[in-house]
Amino acid sequence: MNPAFSVIFLTTLIGVGQGMFLALFTGQSYSAVELLPSEDSTGFYGTGALIALAFLVLGLIASVFHLGRPERAWRAAAMWRTSWLSREVIVLPALMFLVFVYAVMHLFGWDTVLFTTKSGARLQLTLIVGTLGMLATFGLFIATGMIYACLKFLQEWNSPLTVINYILLGTASGFLLATAFANTNAPELMRFYGIWAIIITVAGFITRSASLIRNARLKAKSTIQTALGIRHNKIRQKAMGFMGGSVNTRDFSHHMTATFLKSIKWIFLLLVFVLPVAFLWEGIETANTAILLTAFIIQYIGLLGERWFFFAQANHPQNLYYQTV
Amino acid sequence: MTQLALVIDLNVCVGCHACVTSCKEWNTSGPAGFMTDENPYSKDPTGTFFNRVQTYEIGEFPATETLHFPKSCLHCEDPPCVPVCPTGASYKRKEDGIVLVDYDKCIGCRYCSWACPYGAREIDEKQQVMKKCTLCVDRIYDTSLPDTERKPACVLACPTSARLFGDVHDSESDISIKIREEGGYQLMPEWGTKPANHYLPRRKTRLHIHEDELVRADNPLKKEQRGPSKPVDAPTLDDSTSW
Repeated sequence: MNPAFSVIFLTTLIGVGQGMFLALFTGQSYSAVELLPSEDSTGFYGTGALIALAFLVLGLIASVFHLGRPERAWRAAAMWRTSWLSREVIVLPALMFLVFVYAVMHLFGWDTVLFTTKSGARLQLTLIVGTLGMLATFGLFIATGMIYACLKFLQEWNSPLTVINYILLGTASGFLLATAFANTNAPELMRFYGIWAIIITVAGFITRSASLIRNARLKAKSTIQTALGIRHNKIRQKAMGFMGGSVNTRDFSHHMTATFLKSIKWIFLLLVFVLPVAFLWEGIETANTAILLTAFIIQYIGLLGERWFFFAQANHPQNLYYQTV
Repeated sequence: MTQLALVIDLNVCVGCHACVTSCKEWNTSGPAGFMTDENPYSKDPTGTFFNRVQTYEIGEFPATETLHFPKSCLHCEDPPCVPVCPTGASYKRKEDGIVLVDYDKCIGCRYCSWACPYGAREIDEKQQVMKKCTLCVDRIYDTSLPDTERKPACVLACPTSARLFGDVHDSESDISIKIREEGGYQLMPEWGTKPANHYLPRRKTRLHIHEDELVRADNPLKKEQRGPSKPVDAPTLDDSTSW
């Protein structure tokens, strides 16, 4: 496939936003049962949720550039019964609304304690909104991943690993941003987020590598023989029926060399997994915000490469019909 | 239930592209609006087409055959492009099985083109909506046309009758009989899309001559239990008379 930068930015940006929100909600849940010290509502949870919201909004803006007719985008909510894209279109604004409410409740201190257990655990109003937001976050990860995973003849995508990678890579980048954010706004949580960011990044490395290995071993189900219905081992296309190119020649190939594709793979493995973990380690040890932010930026750039590769690697069976001008 | 479809006879297609131009002419002048052509007379011309004729070479020189292969939307019975459409712009008509795009609802997200293994959908770069073969739905039901012309434009244009149009669910229709009796097949059956359009294979009539058929079986010498004489170089009676 030809990677569309609008979709690359959409999926990576909302991944950061979703991961950041998950990080905040995890921190607040832990503090509710007193596993972690509770943080200042305005300075940490409220501001943090606004940062997460900003990433979600940026993602939404990026997605608009993918549409030929963005003015009709509202129609995309119609077919949620069958289309994962439609489900994503519904869940993304829902999540943005919940994150917005979560942020506002923290910023304005509308956070009544509903009840306290004997052991001292407090159930706050924001935790309920947060739980809904957490469910929406996972719903959005699943919808985004399934958009690709449900296309059965794009064999590189048609695997549960696609969804798992979207969840883990998005969460990793969000936790990494939360680590840098916590270092300035809640230093006692920095180590907690940092360690989780490392754990999730390593888990993401395992599942992304698993999908790379799986894809390297794939055998295409469709061949030129099944595409044409001709039983002969030697079939060559002599003409695709036109010379000037069409959507079929532009949209379904990355138009780069195999070497370029391969180098992107090693570059993203380095930028998404190896370097951020090294920087994170150093950043946690020295409690240096600049180093932690660098780790985040490196990983985000790496994720752009990862997403580019994700699209470029998928080989669409329609290409069998478009091999020679 | 009706499922309108095309049957394409690869045995007689000569690759003249008459169906391509006729399709473009009819559909670009239709009520749904033009089919964009960008830079038609300059460098890198590109445009939207519903139908393409491709050419393949089968085998290796000198034992090669040329295959002309027309390809348009196959109007799958289980179309993978329809359920993925987020707006419902892509739909399959219940009454005749034609897969259509509602150009007023399409948001141009291209997801349906990803979901079509055949590459049958092409986005219109000007109107930014997805377009594809409509089986000339604006023509086949037009009662102002004489009966014989209520067929897709490509079918009417084909000089060799390589394109046939009909209902594949009616087992007695001409095209159903053709599919049944002449080995009609579907493209990429591995994905379970059940394309309604079928292709008839290239067929050859071969003459099989066995050795004993070269020797006259009604040789009168046989009755007398004598073997036929050895072949002679000189002209024989068989060469000069016809029985």
